[in-house]
Amino acid sequence: MLDAIFAIPGMMLILGALAVPLLPPFVRNYYMLALIAFSGWSVWQIAPGVHMTANLAGIDLILVRAEAITKPFALVFHIAAALNVIYAMHEDVKITAMAGLAYAGAAIAALFAGDFLTLFIYWELTAFTSVFLVLDGNTARSMGAAMRYLLMQVASGVILLAGAVLLWREGAGFAITALDATTPAGFCVLLAFGIKAAFPFLNGWLQDAYPEASVTGTVVLSAFTTKLSIYMLALCFAGLTPLIWVGAVMTLFPVFFAVIENDLRRVLAFSLNNQLGFMVVGIGVGTELALNGTVAHAFAHIIYKSLLFMSMGAVLFRTGTAKASELGGLWKQMPLTAIFCIIGAVSISSFPLFSGFVTKSLTIGATAKEGYFFVWLALIFASAGVLEHSGIKIPYFAFFGHDRKFKVKEAPLNMLIAMGIAAALCVIIGIFPQPLYALLPYEVKYDVWETGHVLGELQLLLFAVLAFVFLIVRGLYPPEIDSTVLNTDWLLRRAIPRVVKGLAMPVLTLWFGAVAWAQKTILTIFRISEETSRESGLVSGIASTGAAAGIFLAVFALMLLARLFM
Amino acid sequence: MMQHLPILQVLLPLLGAPLAALLRHRDMAWGLALLLTGAAFLISIILFSQQQMTGETLVYDLGGWPAPIGIVYVIDAASALVLPVISGIAFVATIAARRLVEAEIDARDHALFYAAWLLTIAGMLGQVTTGDAFNIFVFLEISSLSAYALVAMGAGRDRRALPAAFNYLILGTVGATFYVIGLGLLYMLTGTLNLVDLSDRLADVQSTRAAFTALAFIALGLFLKMALFPLHFWLVPAYAHAPSAVSALMAATATKVSVYVLIRLVFGVFGIDFPGLADAVGLLVLTLGIAGAFVGTLAAILETDLKKLFAQSSIAQLGYMAIGIGAMSATGLAAAFIHLFNHALMKGALFLAIGAIAAQVGRAGMGTIQGAGRQIPLTMTAILVGGLALIGVPLTAGFISKLYLVRALLEQDFWLLAALTFISSALALAYVWKIIETAWLKERPKGAPVLVETPVHYVPAWLMVIATIGFGIFASPLVDAAYAAAHVFIGGAR
Repeated sequence: MLDAIFAIPGMMLILGALAVPLLPPFVRNYYMLALIAFSGWSVWQIAPGVHMTANLAGIDLILVRAEAITKPFALVFHIAAALNVIYAMHEDVKITAMAGLAYAGAAIAALFAGDFLTLFIYWELTAFTSVFLVLDGNTARSMGAAMRYLLMQVASGVILLAGAVLLWREGAGFAITALDATTPAGFCVLLAFGIKAAFPFLNGWLQDAYPEASVTGTVVLSAFTTKLSIYMLALCFAGLTPLIWVGAVMTLFPVFFAVIENDLRRVLAFSLNNQLGFMVVGIGVGTELALNGTVAHAFAHIIYKSLLFMSMGAVLFRTGTAKASELGGLWKQMPLTAIFCIIGAVSISSFPLFSGFVTKSLTIGATAKEGYFFVWLALIFASAGVLEHSGIKIPYFAFFGHDRKFKVKEAPLNMLIAMGIAAALCVIIGIFPQPLYALLPYEVKYDVWETGHVLGELQLLLFAVLAFVFLIVRGLYPPEIDSTVLNTDWLLRRAIPRVVKGLAMPVLTLWFGAVAWAQKTILTIFRISEETSRESGLVSGIASTGAAAGIFLAVFALMLLARLFM
Repeated sequence: MMQHLPILQVLLPLLGAPLAALLRHRDMAWGLALLLTGAAFLISIILFSQQQMTGETLVYDLGGWPAPIGIVYVIDAASALVLPVISGIAFVATIAARRLVEAEIDARDHALFYAAWLLTIAGMLGQVTTGDAFNIFVFLEISSLSAYALVAMGAGRDRRALPAAFNYLILGTVGATFYVIGLGLLYMLTGTLNLVDLSDRLADVQSTRAAFTALAFIALGLFLKMALFPLHFWLVPAYAHAPSAVSALMAATATKVSVYVLIRLVFGVFGIDFPGLADAVGLLVLTLGIAGAFVGTLAAILETDLKKLFAQSSIAQLGYMAIGIGAMSATGLAAAFIHLFNHALMKGALFLAIGAIAAQVGRAGMGTIQGAGRQIPLTMTAILVGGLALIGVPLTAGFISKLYLVRALLEQDFWLLAALTFISSALALAYVWKIIETAWLKERPKGAPVLVETPVHYVPAWLMVIATIGFGIFASPLVDAAYAAAHVFIGGAR
């Protein structure tokens, strides 16, 4: 019984997290690392197929089932979990250590869920554990963001459950298989995944909550939830063509926001969204090459995105701010952090010889191969955008730019180690992609080192760098001089809101009016019932005996009348 | 001996009652009550496993007179399932009762308390076992009259117990009277009181207006007894002001027995095809059930007294059982049986744990439990798990209840009702969260009385908590038994 429970991947971490608050700080971290290592080792042994089923009240549950794409995700989730522990070693916060470990465990367990009910439980568990990481930001803003975050996450879970029940109702059972998004059930599931994968218009929670978490919390958050959703999308909706366009939009629109955003961790949150877009496109294309691309990209992405968040976290930790307008010139004080950040930046911008290049190329190549010209164009443009905001903007404003003469030390050793490992992985994957390719669900026949491709990528990168240099030199770059960006983003910031406002004002007035009215009514009902519940009343159930007998007779009459008229 | 088990299990507590009163010594009276409820529990377990193994209906002819002339006791899949619930809760509540009674009731009344205690248990067991409609009324009155007395015994500590008991007495009597009037009509129509016989003979006269009126009288009387909204006025004050032991026993069992009797009479005697049953009565039960689920939950959110809070939530939970009945299908009835079983466990655990607090500080209010999570973690955790089960969190028994309830509703395409059931369950989170926040997240105020763990309360409470979780994970035996019980009344596939 007990060994069966521990045989569920991730369960070791979820249950092991319970012991975390009991341990002294210096044991705690090594305990967690050992737990992750052991869990990683045991998960590594799991071959594709169904491994554990259970029957709950007549419903067949598939507790452990691995697909071809499960292993790379499980592996990288373990790597991320370990990095998170190392990165947070200087802290002594029991609640986030515990929540972080359980969160990773829940995400890993969810990867192996074979039916929607099991998935639902882990899906909600990731929400409820991760919200503690946002709450740990310990500011009024993070409190609000955490509640909004939880609302969206739980909503996603509830929609997922609704979809699962609909599926069951259709007679399809609860098993996680390829779904038809045009049925109500499929659509519900897609919507639930879409919320957690931060589809356009469902993405607000991500940029809202992630940057509000603590230094270490953001790093943990960035790894799991969204990639779990990508994984599930790949299982259920591979080859769903509309996803290509959804993904393309996802790659594009965060670029604009990221360029004008001042908080560097929020810039990274936008760029995270943009990266998810690439993966969604890959799922939408759905060919072997594209799915390989999605999986590989998710793998590499978790590592370099963690690296970037870690470096910005280190900056925030030392200087107390992550705002572009307040930072600059840190390379003197924090040279190692700067180097690691640059490695992360060039990885995400897919410079050849870094991990982003060997993974993102697969997806872009797949769109080209399948003839989605405009999507291909959008992805190329988005790649340039990534370089713009993540590749150059982040290191430039944090470590170079205006020297703000900070008197700070280099990041703590444990942070440097975590960043160092992540950076090393970025480089190793970039130079020797074969082991990663071997993990992928399908054989990789694509030659990323093809001369034309490398040259094209370099050209693209050079022009993007050129554009940035041009903008900086001419003083046109947004955070430096606000007024000059009117040209480009006026549409985004002014015109569109104005038009939208004009159109939406009546609707919104009506809506908020209705909401206010409903709130007032509910409050009135509550107040009245509270007043009446003091001594007597319908709600409290303490009516006088006579009144109760009267109601009794009324119900009796109702029943007899119902018979007469029915 | 073995063939007399059906009668023994009612007879033991019934005869033990005067004996307990005569014993006068409180510990001896308690010991007797413990012994007899334990014996009843054991017997019911034997009967249940016997019934499960053979799958047959065991009919016991009282005094050797066969039906329809004599009174028979019937152990079928339905009564075999409900009996262990009643006697098991009675047994566990009796274990905890000693300390609670010592704390709350005048020492001179203890022997009388246990006499009434045994009587009410005998009455409930009798209602479940008997196969005679008038015998049901007799046992209904036995259990009710002693229950009124038990509630009134709370007066030593809380004078409001007296009006509560009076209110309960008047309304309970109205309910019982309605039941017996309905029975009178049936007797007039058919000339028999045996349930099986009644069912046979009723078929000839089922389209008469008198037959439907009988149904209306009986159903309404039982609605009141099971505290279906809006006929629940007696329940909250009675549970809130009664001695804690009584709250625990009654909250877990009393209304359930009425639910069972309602199912037995409406489906066993009138039958699912009775004209007007599915539409008029079914619609009414569904409407009142879902309304009760919302009203009870909302009222529970507003309450600050824990006993009242969970009494209000009982209204909601009974609403869910009513929805199961109102679905008028085998799955619906099974869901009602499952919830009947599970809810008895949850509410038993909750009221025992609350009793542990009330016995120490007099009143288990939100103020009393502030910050109590660290002081009495075991007791508070029992309340927490019970609360989570009420919401229907997965891995608790409550989830299984809700799952089958929603399934029954979806089978009939009651989409709106399924959604409303879902929403009202989610609302329950509000009052559970209120408790979590008060007990665990707030500091204990300075100068608040120090609460201590009392094993005699938390051990029985935890027995039920563990059962709640156990039946949440390994639900299939219960589900099978519930379906078997449902199939006694309505045929149909699983």
